[in-house]
Amino acid sequence: MAEALAVIRRRAGRWALNGAATLALAYILLPLIFVIWLAFFRQEIPSFPPEGYSLKWFAAILDQRKFVDGFSLSFEVGVLATAIGLALGVPAALCLVRYNFTWRGPLANLLLLPVVVPGVVLGTAMYVFHVEVENGLDVDVLGTFYALVSGHIVIVIPWVVRLVTASLSGVDRATEEAAQNLGANPWVTFWRITLPAIRPGIVAGALFGFVTSFGNLEMSLFLVGPGRTTLPIVILQYLEWKIDPTIAAVSVVQILLIGTAMLITDRYVKLSRVI
Amino acid sequence: MARLDIHSLAKRYGDFYAVRDVSLSVADGEFLVLLGPSGCGKTTTLRMVAGFIEPTAGHVKLGGTDVTLLPPWKRNAGMVFQSYALFPHLTVAQNVAFGLEMRKLPRADIDKRVDEALALVRLGGHGGRLPRQLSGGQQQRVALARALAIRPDVLLLDEPLSNLDAKLRQEVRVEIRELQRQLGLTTVMVTHDQEEALTMADRLVVMNEGSVRQVGTQRDLYERPTDRFVAGFVGRSTFLEGAIEAPGRFRTDGGLALACTGSGSGRGVLALRPERLQVAAAPIDGLDNRLSGTVEFVSYLGALIDIHVRLSPADRLVVQIANREGGFTPEVGQSVHVAWPASAGLVFTE
Repeated sequence: MAEALAVIRRRAGRWALNGAATLALAYILLPLIFVIWLAFFRQEIPSFPPEGYSLKWFAAILDQRKFVDGFSLSFEVGVLATAIGLALGVPAALCLVRYNFTWRGPLANLLLLPVVVPGVVLGTAMYVFHVEVENGLDVDVLGTFYALVSGHIVIVIPWVVRLVTASLSGVDRATEEAAQNLGANPWVTFWRITLPAIRPGIVAGALFGFVTSFGNLEMSLFLVGPGRTTLPIVILQYLEWKIDPTIAAVSVVQILLIGTAMLITDRYVKLSRVI
Repeated sequence: MARLDIHSLAKRYGDFYAVRDVSLSVADGEFLVLLGPSGCGKTTTLRMVAGFIEPTAGHVKLGGTDVTLLPPWKRNAGMVFQSYALFPHLTVAQNVAFGLEMRKLPRADIDKRVDEALALVRLGGHGGRLPRQLSGGQQQRVALARALAIRPDVLLLDEPLSNLDAKLRQEVRVEIRELQRQLGLTTVMVTHDQEEALTMADRLVVMNEGSVRQVGTQRDLYERPTDRFVAGFVGRSTFLEGAIEAPGRFRTDGGLALACTGSGSGRGVLALRPERLQVAAAPIDGLDNRLSGTVEFVSYLGALIDIHVRLSPADRLVVQIANREGGFTPEVGQSVHVAWPASAGLVFTE
């Protein structure tokens, strides 16, 4: 009797867990599913049930220059910001893990701060900073491509630092000593031993940094110049006066792009091991 | 291979001396073991020889050349690490080839020497595997092959056997020792395991609290320890507290007058090897010290039996006897007689 009760309780527990997991997953995925579904509706005003299906909204993206321009700007900024973010973030992570110095703790937190600070605050701060620099040095800063990239570097760095730090702490320092013992100077040791060992962290950091940069809206609003805007801003501006499935189609393209990037990355680096 | 000389080496961290005034010489082809408890400075000494730690004072000479100021990658010392430190992303052959590539050898020579080194540790044919596909014992041998492939002036072993299980450890000890003899490798090994040290070394260095306590062969350290620490660390000793009353005469705090060897005066300890003492139910004739006592504890170790005997309220000692068929087997509470010659007792004064 007691045994039967225990079995029932165990089964009930498993059902409850599965139920909760399904609910949570549905909550996360439902908006995505609706957006994808909407992108294929034929009618211009999104309403249910759909009157039919069509691919015309995907074709409509290419007809509007601003989507193509927004996409290419977001892509350029993302790639450049990620590259520079890596060049700064990887050495920073090395210092934080390898060296014990005063202010190490606060510095580590400072480097992670940009993901915590609201984008609007970050954007305002940078806007004011750019104005000051422009006035002080008498050069064009506000609204330039490089100002936008410099802002995005700030939001890429936390991802790189966090993920590279995580993979660095898993590296056996004795392997580096072994390399030096065998005749490798510190530079060769880094390229041949340390770098391959932290590659998963670097790839994951770059991927997440890029995705964050690509999707950033709030901070970019303050930094873009007239005429050239990033994709999230183009979407926002479009939605302000018109609502049709074009936006859904743009979103689908974005989802596919990021999803593919993750799948490809996961083939080479098991993301679940780093994050 | 070359000889290794260490002169007055010291390493200080703030006010703490990790290593203090260590001087050693290792002859060409000699196997020297640094033995001591953890924190005694043996690993710090080895790491200063490898160049990973910069000494506060002193010199390291390798084959007559002063290498004290050279970085690790410019010294020709092959090291085997406790964790093996194999490069996880490289194959076994690539691991072994690493040091040869750093020396910019032609590819053909590298391949030949990698094959040789792997054959030496009986891992020929495993070159294409990754370290994680090998057992602990095999990984250890790859680490050894990698250190040997560069034909180092000196081979440094940092607790190389501590990650192996007990049975394998005994085999590997013999293997490493045979290989070392056959190749004539000048070798320094660090260990805290005295059995390992005794089986492998030509000569041992016992260290404690950063300094060398005694240097000598196994027999030197065991038969003629120069201080209480060595007497307790190499082999085993029972220590009786007391004072020297007259030359050759030791009075314990419990009031026993014992014949012993050793000079000096004042307070000290009498060190007795448990296996040099005799125990029996009846009085034992013909030895300098003949006492009686009560058995307080018996530990049965299989081949050997340890008997703890209370001689006086302040004096208790351990006698070890061989477990022979029909031999004496004491019981707790039994009265026994204990005897030993004066030569079995060493006195260390304070």
